[in-house]
Formats: sequence, C-alpha cells, structure tokens
Amino acid sequence: MNRFRQARNWEPLIFELGSKGRIGFLVPEPEDVAKKRVGSIDIPPEMKRTRDPELPELSEVEVVRHFTNLSQASYGVDNGPVPLGSCTMKYNPRIAWEIAGDPRIVNLHPLQDERTVQGLLEILYELQKWLANITGMDTCILHPAAGAHGELAGVLTIRRYHEVKNQLDKKTDIIIPDSAHGTNPASAAMAGFRVIEIPSAEDGNIDMEALKSVVGESTAGLMITNPSTLGLFEEHILEIAELLHKHDAIIYYDGANLNGIMGYARPGDMGFDIAHLNIHKTFGAPHGGGGPGAGPICIKDRVVDSEKNIMLSDLAPGYRVVYDESTGLYRVKGPGEYSAGLLKAFFGNITPLIWGYVYILSMGPQGLRRVTEHAVLITNYFMKLMENVKGYNIPYGRGRFRKHEVVLSAQPMTDEVGVTAEDVAKGLLDAGFYAPTIYFPLIVKEALMTEFTETETPENVEKYAERLKEISKIAYSNPSEPKTWPRNTSVGRVDVLKANHPKHVTPTWRVHVRRMRGEIQ
Amino acid sequence: MVETRPHPWIPGSTEESLKKMLDVIGVKSITELFNDIPREVLLGEDEWNRLEIGVGRPLSEIEAKEIVDEKLAKNRVFNPPPFMGGGVYPHYVPPIVKYIISRGEFLTAYTPYQAEISQGLMQAIFEYQSMMAELLEMDIVNASMYDWSSSIAEAVLMAFRVRKGRRKILLPANMNPLHKRVVETYVKPHGLKLETIPYDRELGTVDVEALKSMIDNDTAAVYIQYPNFFGIVEDKAKAIGEIAHEKQALFITGVYPVALGILKPPGELDADIAVGEGQSLGLGMNYGGPHLGIFAIKYDMNLVRQMPGRIIGLTTTIDGGDKAFAMVWQAREQHIRREKATSNICTNEALMAVAAAVYMALLGRTGFRRLAELIYYRAHYAASRISEIGLRRVFKAEFFNEFPISFNEAGVKYSVIHEKLLEHGLHGGLYIGGYYPELGETALYAFTELHSVKAIDRLIEALGKVIREVGR
Repeated sequence: MNRFRQARNWEPLIFELGSKGRIGFLVPEPEDVAKKRVGSIDIPPEMKRTRDPELPELSEVEVVRHFTNLSQASYGVDNGPVPLGSCTMKYNPRIAWEIAGDPRIVNLHPLQDERTVQGLLEILYELQKWLANITGMDTCILHPAAGAHGELAGVLTIRRYHEVKNQLDKKTDIIIPDSAHGTNPASAAMAGFRVIEIPSAEDGNIDMEALKSVVGESTAGLMITNPSTLGLFEEHILEIAELLHKHDAIIYYDGANLNGIMGYARPGDMGFDIAHLNIHKTFGAPHGGGGPGAGPICIKDRVVDSEKNIMLSDLAPGYRVVYDESTGLYRVKGPGEYSAGLLKAFFGNITPLIWGYVYILSMGPQGLRRVTEHAVLITNYFMKLMENVKGYNIPYGRGRFRKHEVVLSAQPMTDEVGVTAEDVAKGLLDAGFYAPTIYFPLIVKEALMTEFTETETPENVEKYAERLKEISKIAYSNPSEPKTWPRNTSVGRVDVLKANHPKHVTPTWRVHVRRMRGEIQ
Repeated sequence: MVETRPHPWIPGSTEESLKKMLDVIGVKSITELFNDIPREVLLGEDEWNRLEIGVGRPLSEIEAKEIVDEKLAKNRVFNPPPFMGGGVYPHYVPPIVKYIISRGEFLTAYTPYQAEISQGLMQAIFEYQSMMAELLEMDIVNASMYDWSSSIAEAVLMAFRVRKGRRKILLPANMNPLHKRVVETYVKPHGLKLETIPYDRELGTVDVEALKSMIDNDTAAVYIQYPNFFGIVEDKAKAIGEIAHEKQALFITGVYPVALGILKPPGELDADIAVGEGQSLGLGMNYGGPHLGIFAIKYDMNLVRQMPGRIIGLTTTIDGGDKAFAMVWQAREQHIRREKATSNICTNEALMAVAAAVYMALLGRTGFRRLAELIYYRAHYAASRISEIGLRRVFKAEFFNEFPISFNEAGVKYSVIHEKLLEHGLHGGLYIGGYYPELGETALYAFTELHSVKAIDRLIEALGKVIREVGR
C-alpha cells in the first residue's frame, strides 16, 4: 500500500504574515508630465476612499512561498487518482494549457474589431462544428461558462420554444429523474418551471410506468443524463423521446456523462433536442478547484415556426461564431430577435474552450472513441474487482455493464458495524487517493460513486480496490478506528458542524476580527 | 486506419493492460461492453471516423501545436493594447499569478468536497474571500460567480427573495448595457419588472430626482455601478443608497475593484450587496472569459440565507487541535437543495479567485491606491490632451479611468476614425452610439497601467492627424 503523507506545514493565514510597509509588486510612478498637467487627484470628497484597505503587506518572496505551501496541502489529478463520479476528473494534457495561455489569445479584448481576432474565431467556429458532430446536433453555442450555466441556457431555450409557440401558460413542468444532478432541478427552477421527479427502476433505467403517468399537456421538457449517474445506459431512450415529442415537449441531454458513450452513441441520434457538454469533463480541461468551466450547448434544428422560419437554435441565448462567405470573415453573431438573451456579458470561457479544441484536435475521431472504450473498460474492471467484497454492494442494474462510472454502496458496512461512506472516503484519503463522490446519487444509500476515466492506470485501480478491501477488514474488526481517519492528510477530520454553527461561522478574516471585537454575536 | 499504438493520455491502451482487464471482466473485446446501446443508435466505427472531428486522425503534440500556431498568427496583436474597457480592461498580470495557478495541485483539483486533503485550496479561497472583503469593506464574499453580469443577475434574483412580494428592480441607464441584457435574461422567466433610471445628460451621473419619483414600496432593489459605464464616479452614491433604504429596498453596487484604490468601498456606502468584475485582478481579458464574478454582502442572516454560490469558512479539526477550512452554508446550494436552491451555480471560477488572491496579496495595503492613482493620472492626461486636437469629453462629471469622446463636433464618423487608427497600428475605444443613440458618434476610451504617456501621445497624435485629414 502507498505510504502517503500530505504536506502538513500549518501555513499561517496570509493576514498573519508579512510586515508593515512591505510590498509584493511595484506599481510604476505616474509620469511627471501627466502629474504636472493633471495636478492633484480630484475625486469628489463623498466618494474618496479615506483609508487603505486592510490587506496584508508581503514581499514577493513571501507571497510565492505562502501560496506554494498552500498548493502542497491540496490534491488534484496531478497528485493521483481523483475518481469523483460524474465529475470526470481525467488527466489534463499540458500542451493545451500552453496554447490557451498564448498571449495572442489572453490579450484579446472581447469587443475588439472582429478582423483582428480571425485566428481565434476560426478556432471557435471549428470547435462549434466538431462538437455538433460529436453530439449529432446541428448547432453549438459556446457561450455558457459552466455545465450548470449550459443547463440554464438549455431550459431557457425550452421556455422560449413554448413561448414562441404560444403555449407557455400550459407548459409548466420539467420532468427530472431522481438520480439526476442537483443542478438539473435548480436550473429548471431558475427558468421558472415546476420540477416533477420520477423514480428509477431496479434495472437502473427510468421507471417507464412512472414516466407515462406524469407526461402530459403540462410537460414542457425532460432533462436526463445518459448514461445515468448510476453509470447505466438508458435502454428505453428512443421510447422516451417518442413519448415526450408526442406531447410537444423538448428533451434535454445533460452531458456530464458523455465520456461513457462518445463515439458509440450521440444524443442527437437518440432523439435529444438540446444537449450541454462539459469541456472541463469530457474534453480534458482542468477543473481548477471548481472552475473555470465551459458548458457549450448543442441543438438539433427542429422547426419552431415555419412561417417566420424560426428554428430551435434561434431561441438559444448567447453569441455564436458564423462564417461570412461573401467577405471570407468569421463573425460573432449576437443574440438575435428570438433568442432567450445573454447569460454572461461576453463570449464564453475561452481558456477551457481552447483546451477542448486542442484535445479534440489531438485525439481525432479515432482517439475520442478510444477514450470512451478505455473509460468504460476501466470502470468495469474496477466493478469486477469489487464484486462480493464484504461491506459493499452494487445496487441497481444487476448483471449489467457500467459505462463511465459505477456506484458502490457501503450500506452493508454501515448497517452492520456503523462505518459510513464518509468514513470509507477518509480511509481512501489516508492511502493517498482522492475519494469518490459520496452520498450521491440520492437514491443509493451510503453511495460511493466512482469514476476513474481512461487516464487512470490499471495498477492504481487495483491499489484502490485493495484499499477498499482493507478498509472493510478494519471496519469489521475495529469499527471505531475508521472514525479517527484521516491521519495522513494536512489536518485530521474537519469540524464541519462548528464551521456552520451560527456562533462560530467565519467566512472571512473580517468576520473573524469583528467577532473578536464582539461586533458580531 | 485504426490507431493501435498506445496513447500517452491512456495508460491502459497497451496490449498487456488491455488483455489483463478484458480477462478479468470476462469479455473478448471492448465493444461487448456497449451491447446495451440500442442498435438503432449505435454508431459503427467507420461511420464515426468519417465525421469531421479535428483533422480526421489523431495528432502528435507537435502537429497539433503547428496547426493552432498557424491560426493564431491571424490574430492581430496591439502594442499598446486596445484603449478599450467597458467592463473588461487590459491590465498587467504579474507572472507570479500565472505561476501559482499553474501549480497542478490547484489547477487539476476539483471542488474541495473532501476537506482534509484540500486544505490548501480552501485556505487560498478563504483568503480570496477575506482580501476581497477588505477591498470592498463588506463582510461575506462568495467563492466567485462567472462574471460581473451574472453576479448582478444573481444579486437581483436574491433581492426578490429577500424582499418577497416586491416585483420591481431599478437599474440605471448608465450601467453596462450588456450587463443589463444578462439581468433581463435571468429575470424574465419570473415575470419581474426591471425599470431604467435615466442619467443626467450633462453630467453622466444617475438622475437622482428621477430615481426618487420611480422608487416605491414595490421596489426590491436599486442597482448602481461606479465608476459607471461612462467611467464617471457617481458622487451621489451614498444618497442613492439612502433613498433605497428609506423604501426598504436593497442597495446593490457594482464596482471595478481597481478603482477602489481611491474610491469609497461599497461597505462604506452601506451597500447590502456588492458585485463586480475581478478580471482586472491578475486575469487576462481572454476575449470574454474566464473572468471572475465578485459577490459580497454585509453580515445579515436574512441576506446569508438567500446568497448564491460557494463559501469557505474557517473552523478547526474535530479534536480542536488545528485550524481548518470547510464549505459552509451548503444548505443553500443546488447539490443539497435541488429545485429550492438559491442558484444553480456549481462550477464557478475558483481558480480565477485564487489568481485574484495572489494579485491582491502582491499589491497589499498600498498597492491598490498606487495603481488607481497611476490610472487616474494617465486617463486625465489623455482627457486633457484631446481638447488640444478639437475633441471633447461628452460628460462633465468627474471620471476615473475611461470616458466617452464625442466625434460629432469634428464631423467624423467613429468607423472612419477606427479604420485610420488601425492603419496607425492602434486600436481605439469602444463605439457606444449604438447603445446610446442620443450620443451619436461617440466612443468610450479606457486607460490602464499598460497605456503609458508615450502610448497616449501616440494615440493623440494619430487621432489629431485623422481629425485634420477628414474632419470638418
């Protein structure tokens, strides 16, 4: 087993470092000619800042050391496996980081003359086209800044669809399976829809009877992932699409799990009308500790209004890149007359988008298909290694292969000896692994949702499975021990209850200081 | 051609690993693992490989780089950078910032769901929240939104939740028009009203008398931006806040954080919510993103409960021995609350928040004042010089870093000036006559630490030449 020990350097808070008068960056002095001409700074007194902000004062070397030390008490894919199910934490090839950091991209103002950004627009145009081909859709829009932002773009498009068709008053509901990501219902609510939840069946597919009982006049759309968060391909997908379309509802594809089928099946071919993709999942852009992401949406161009010639993609929010044949120029088209509007002021999140472009360019269709094959292969390999291990089981879809991820449950262990999924997670950290997604999907008790992706080595997967077995052994022989984990990380088990206690909660240094002074109780 | 060589990004793609895994699973080939996909939608290998994806075949790193390089050569690089702002500004990024966020432990991490192994990242984000709180003089800052515009939109939706039953928000005409479009998009499904407060045509500031006549008991919030879209310091900001509070409406302010080196922070103006764009704090312009949405509130549990986004809090380990960090108030978030969440935001801009933390730490207590003063002097130097060439600022009120220049009197179209400047190797300001037809041929010029007096002189000289050649 790995003998893991994370850096434990008790790095002080930045407010406790430095010394009065130190500076980490020299701002140039204003030129004399400017000072002479302008004279004194003439801010209206009621708007003039009277005291400098209470920021720490550090020299450059202190800043570098501080954040370097903090980085060492962090963990990413560069450190080891991060098998966070549905988050798709694959290796992030650095060639894309280098290209995305090119000054010819970084220094472009979003409103500068289109003729001066033709190289970038050409890249974005191609990316739109490739993503459309990958998803089997007609149009892709790179505007949304994250997957959930893409979902919002998608549900707002659904809303516009019913609005343009003058049926919004009766199309009030979005149907979402109980295994869905929390962002799905949250996005639907942000677009003003009521959320109808439907259960999953024992085989892992959507319960068709339950679905049929809720689909009707009021159904505006359906949001699902396929493969589902259980890692299972929805076998009734064609029937579902037909049912929804019969009621003039739009089917939305949550692309979080595309890594499990890319190159084998496309949302557009399955009957989906709108899909979002996560560039920071499927296409190798890093997660950055929680962002930036990029969540393009792709749309199948069904006719919305044949008289006015309105297509579904005309309703989507945001900018898109078009090619103007008459001038030979790429152009950014703003949201048109029928569009749902804008979701952020400017184009999209270019850095992850470039990352995705380089990734797809490097892989080509053959490589992308191979990505999926190996993501699925390693998942089923892991599942096999975990079959019949005491303390764990694998609910739903017995006998079925998994796609990109597999959800284990530690419920037997919890029921028998009180060791929970959280304890198991902490035991994994101690062995130098990141933990799987725990307590999700909500339909699996003590869930351990595990996704290695194609970039993990089989050897690490074996070690991971070994560690899970070892945890089980410890749990059954000494069930109090797992409660003392983790021990090898920067700090021991964190007091989350205290963190949230109204008398203690401290979201900033300022609140800490105000509490010390008794200004906040 | 089927690629069979092992791939550098797929460790299991060697013959040996492949065989081992297939044997354990008990299948002959990988394709068996896809047998639950209905035949009608299952793609054949040839069918898929014929699709236009990349150049149709896998490339080596060297080949991929060559292709992108060729395209990027078609972008035009300006030195000095465009004299453009409008919410995004060309700023200097200290290499330290890039160095820190390139570190793999930060770059390749996920949202810190496992606190104990992610303490460094959480501390960095906590420090972002804390330093931003000092700059704004607000108490609570979230771990970022997508950009300024979506922060305003979330703030507006939050105001409707906090002031339940009220259905109106007042937005000023002199805010960024693109931001306004985003707010409209977010608000529309909920059938809520947005009304526009006019600006004073001479000064460029919010028309306070008009605001007084518009605000009522149905108003959930009043938003202002300072400097406003015209670069002008809203000198009545405090009074506007008081007018809002008299009617129990929330006061939301939008800021360009660099300006806070010399302008009053939102906290001192008694703002309930402060939003803004963090792009100026060590991030590139990146043609529109990734940027950094700032979102802050004062300490008030009614506001906290309705706040969107992720927040990291300081705590201890269970044994009390060490300081530690954890995500707090998660019951507001989508992964717990689902359709009842305060927002759907999940992936945010965490790495950009870390970059901003490094930037703020480098500038420290006095750096922001020095930077803001430098920008102030340069912008005012430019303003003073344009009068020499027969141009004028559109508004009279005091400005910070940018200002609209009118070409109406000179009798030259913006587009003509723009073309001529390009010939001189310069990219001028942002045309705003489309957003404000009453202003005619007007462009917004912005200045930062990257526009030296020498660069400004070059701009003035070129502008002067154009005016002499084609003006009336």
